Amino acid sequence: MSDYKAQDYKFGQPRWCPGCGDHSFLGALHKAMSELGVAPHNIAVISGIGCSSRLPYYMNTYGFHTIHGRSAAIATGAKVANPDLTIWQVSGDGDGLAIGGNHFIHAVRRNIDLNMILLNNRIYGLTKGQYSPTSVRGFVSKSSPYGTVEDPFRPAELCFGARGNFFARCVATDMAAAVECLKAAAKHKGASVTEVLQNCVIFNNGTHESVYTKEGRAKNAIYLEHGKPMIFGENREYGLMQEGFGLKVVKIGENGVTENDILVHDAHCKDTTLHLKLALMEGPDFPIALGVIRDVEAVTYNDAVHAQVEEVKNAKKYHNFSELLETNDIWEIK
Amino acid sequence: MAEKGQTQKLDQIVVRFSGDSGDGMQLAGNIFSTISATVGNDICTFPDYPADIRAPQGVLTGVSGFQVHVGADKVLTPGDKCDILVAMNPAALKTQHKYCRPTGAIIIDSDSFTEKDLQKAEFKTDDPIAELGITCEVVPCPITSLCQATLADSGMDNKSILRCKNMLALGLVCWIYDRDLTLAENMLRTKFAKKPEIAEANIKVLHAGYDMGHNTHTSIAHTYSIESDAIKKKGRYMDINGNKATAYGLMAAAEKAGMRLFLGSYPITPATDILHELAKHKSMGVVTMQAEDEIAGCASAVGAAYAGALACTSTSGPGICLKSEAINLAVITELPLVIIDVQRGGPSTGLPTKSEQTDLLQALYGRNGESPIPVIAATSPTNCFDAAFTACKIAVEHMTPVILLTDAFIANGSAAWKLPDINAYPAIVPPYVTPDMQEGWSPYKRNPETDVRYWAVPGTPGFAHRIGGLEKSAATGAISNDPANHHSMVETRARKVEKIADSLPELQVEGDKDADLLIVGFGGTYGHLCEAMQQMQSEGKKVALAHFEFINPLPRNTESVLRSYKKIVVAEQNMGQFAGYLRSKFQGIELHQYNEVKGQPFTVEAQVNAFTKIMEG
Repeated sequence: MSDYKAQDYKFGQPRWCPGCGDHSFLGALHKAMSELGVAPHNIAVISGIGCSSRLPYYMNTYGFHTIHGRSAAIATGAKVANPDLTIWQVSGDGDGLAIGGNHFIHAVRRNIDLNMILLNNRIYGLTKGQYSPTSVRGFVSKSSPYGTVEDPFRPAELCFGARGNFFARCVATDMAAAVECLKAAAKHKGASVTEVLQNCVIFNNGTHESVYTKEGRAKNAIYLEHGKPMIFGENREYGLMQEGFGLKVVKIGENGVTENDILVHDAHCKDTTLHLKLALMEGPDFPIALGVIRDVEAVTYNDAVHAQVEEVKNAKKYHNFSELLETNDIWEIK
Repeated sequence: MAEKGQTQKLDQIVVRFSGDSGDGMQLAGNIFSTISATVGNDICTFPDYPADIRAPQGVLTGVSGFQVHVGADKVLTPGDKCDILVAMNPAALKTQHKYCRPTGAIIIDSDSFTEKDLQKAEFKTDDPIAELGITCEVVPCPITSLCQATLADSGMDNKSILRCKNMLALGLVCWIYDRDLTLAENMLRTKFAKKPEIAEANIKVLHAGYDMGHNTHTSIAHTYSIESDAIKKKGRYMDINGNKATAYGLMAAAEKAGMRLFLGSYPITPATDILHELAKHKSMGVVTMQAEDEIAGCASAVGAAYAGALACTSTSGPGICLKSEAINLAVITELPLVIIDVQRGGPSTGLPTKSEQTDLLQALYGRNGESPIPVIAATSPTNCFDAAFTACKIAVEHMTPVILLTDAFIANGSAAWKLPDINAYPAIVPPYVTPDMQEGWSPYKRNPETDVRYWAVPGTPGFAHRIGGLEKSAATGAISNDPANHHSMVETRARKVEKIADSLPELQVEGDKDADLLIVGFGGTYGHLCEAMQQMQSEGKKVALAHFEFINPLPRNTESVLRSYKKIVVAEQNMGQFAGYLRSKFQGIELHQYNEVKGQPFTVEAQVNAFTKIMEG
C-alpha cells in the first residue's frame, strides 16, 4: 500500500474550461500517482505548450512547463541526467505530434524511461481552434474553413513506427480505466506512450463521442487486458478473431464460434503486427481499443547510458581531471 | 642529423603543409607541431581545410592546408606567411603559393605534376610556376615515387602505400628544421597502435624523407634549428587545440562544482570535436547525448540543468539560431546552462570551415523579449580552457545561461599549454537551497546581494515547485500577468547579469601607457592584435591593446579605459558588431573600425598598415 493519497499530488486550482477532458484526466493522474506511491518530490512533470501542458501547475510535484514541442527532448535530458527521478511528460496532439513530432519519435526510439502522456483532442485549443495533426481529413476549423486536405497521424502508428514498446489508450472521463493505464505506463521501464482521448468542449466538441460515455464505450469500445480473450459488447456478445492478414468481429454463439475461438490479448508479444491492428481499429465496423495494447520490456536508454559510463569507468584508469591530463603526450621544461 | 656547419639558428619559422584533403596534411602538420613543442619551442597552428570531405582528387576546391608557426620565444599567431610551403599537387601550389614569403621555398611533389594533374588544377600551360608568377624558390622532390620505392617490398597495395607520402614530406621538413624523428616515431606508433605494420610503414617513409634531404641536400642550401633557451616558464606542457581545451574546461568545472557534466549536442562544423572529445571521457562520469537536432541538443541540456547537471550544448552559428528559444527558457527559469558557439562564416550555411566573429550580436541579443545573457569570448586555443571553466562558474553560481564564443580559428588551432593545477582554480558553489529555507520559500526567492535565485533540484524533499516559460510572480512563483511584476522581473534578470561584473577581473591594457592608439578587440583575434601591437612598438610607435574576454557584462573599468586614449580602433572579424555594442554602452567615444570578414585569420602586416594609417591620419 502506498503512503500517499491523491490529495498529496494536487496543487492549485485548475483553470481549464468547464467540461474539458483535462480535468478528469488530472484526477486520474493524481489517483494513479497515489497508488504508485512515488514520493511527490521524486517526480517531475514536464510539459510543452498548449491547454494540456498547463498540467504541471496543478501537481504538487516538481513541475516544468517548457516551450512548444520540446518537452520530450527536455524530459529526455532530465531523465538521462538524473535517472532517479520519475518523469511524466505531458503533451497534446499539436505540441507532441506537430511541432514536437521529431522529439516524440526520437524519445520513443531511444526508449527513455519516460511516462509520455498524449492528450489527444484533435484540435489546437489554446490558439483558439485550428486543426491539428490528428484532425481527420476534411476537418473544418478556423484555419481550414473548407476542410483539411491532409490525412492525420494515428499516434499508435507513429509510436510503433518509432519502435515503441508501450502503447496504451484511455478516455479522459473513464477514470478507473485511465488510472490502470497510467499505472501500467509508469510501471513499464522505458518510453511508455498513453494516448488519452479527450474532448474539447469549445472547439471540437464530440470528437471522441462514440466512446466518451460509459454507454458509448459499452457499445463501441473494447477493453484489452493481457492474457484475456478480446470480448466486448453491451452483453459481452462479440469477440475478435484473426482472419487472413486482418482481424474480424464475430458474435459468440453464432456460426459455431465459442469463447475459445476468440483471440487472447498478448501485450508482451514483441512483434507489433497485431498490436498495430488493434490500435488502428475504428468504428463502425470495429470497436475502439482501450487499455494497454503493447507492453514489451527492453533496455532503456538511460540505463544503457549509465551502464556504459560504469563500464568505461572500470576499463579506464583515469577518473578525475588531473588523471585525465596525464593521458596526453606531455613534455617538461625544467 | 644535418651537418652542423650548415645549420643556421632561427628565432622563428612558419611551415605550411598543403595537399588534397585526403593527403594527410593535417596529420603531418600536427606531428611537426608537437615535436617542435616537445623540444621547448612555442607553437601556434592553423589548420585550413575545405568543407568537402573528399573533393575529387587534385581539384582546387579539395586543398587542405595546415600552417604552424614555431618560435624560440612566445608565438602569438600561426604567421601571416610561411617560410616553407609543401605543395603535394598542382592544385595545392595554385591555391597556396600566395601564403609563401618571397624569401621562402616551396617543396613540390614533382611526380604529381603530369599533364593530367595540371589540367585538374585548371592550369593553361605546362609551366605552372611561370603561369603563377612564382618568384620564390621551388624545390621539386619525387615524393610519390620515393614513397613507392621505399615501400616496394612492404607487401602493401599501392593505395595504402600512397597514403604514407605525407610522411615523406614531413621527413624532409624535419630534416630542414633539424627535428628529432624519434618523437615523430612515437606519435605514429601511438596513433596506429592497432595497426603496427602501418605505423612502421609510415616511419620508414618518414626516414626516407629525412634521408632524401640529408643525402641530396635537396637543393636547399641550409638546414635550420629553432632553439628555445628554456626561458619559458618551467613546467609540464601539452599541445592542445581550442575545442579540446573547451571540453577540458567543462570537465574541470564539473569536477570543481561536484556536478555531473551533461552535453547535449548535434554535429556541426567546426564545433563537433567538443562532442567527440567529451564522448571519450565516460570514465570521468561525463554524459554526452547526440540529439536528434540542434533544438533537442539545447532542450535536453535545459532538461539536464533542471534535473541538476552541469549542462552544456555545443554548436556553431546556425545551431544558435535553432537553440535560441530553448536558451530563453533557461533565461526565464534561471537555470544554469553553458552554450558554446564555435563561430564560423555566415550567414546561413556560409563558410562552415572558416572563421569569423559574426555571431556576437546574435549571442547578445538573438532572442525574443528582454533576455540578457552573459557572453564570454575565448581569446586563444589555450584560453578556451579558462573561458569554458569561467562560463560554467558563472552559469552555476549566477543561475543563468552563458554563451561562450570561440571560433573556427582558435577551435582548430593549437598551442603549447602548460598543464593547469586544478587545485589552484576557484571553487564552484551552486546556490542550492538548504533545509532551513523551506519556510516561505518560493522559486524566485533571491540572494539579495547577487539577485541569484536559490536552486531546489528535483528530488529535494520539501521544495517541490513549478517553473516554466510563462512569467512568474517574484513573490510566489505562480504564473503572473501583473504589469508591475513583469517590469520588475525584467529589471531583476538584467540586474542579476549586470552584477556578475563584480566578480570579473578588470580589463587589462597591454603596451604603452601613453599610447597614441588603443587597439580594441575581443575573442580569438588576440594573437594577431597583440603581434600587430608589438610590431608597431618595435617601429617606435606608442600603441596599446585592450582585448576583451568578457563581453556581457563588460569589465567595470571598460569606460575609464576607453576614455583614457585619444584614438581607438576596434578591430574585429565582422562589420563592426563590437564597436557598435561599445557605442551603445558608452556615448561620445569615437571609435575607428578595422573590419575584415574573409573567413581567414587577420594578417599582422595588413593590420599594422591599417592601424598606422589611423594613427597618423
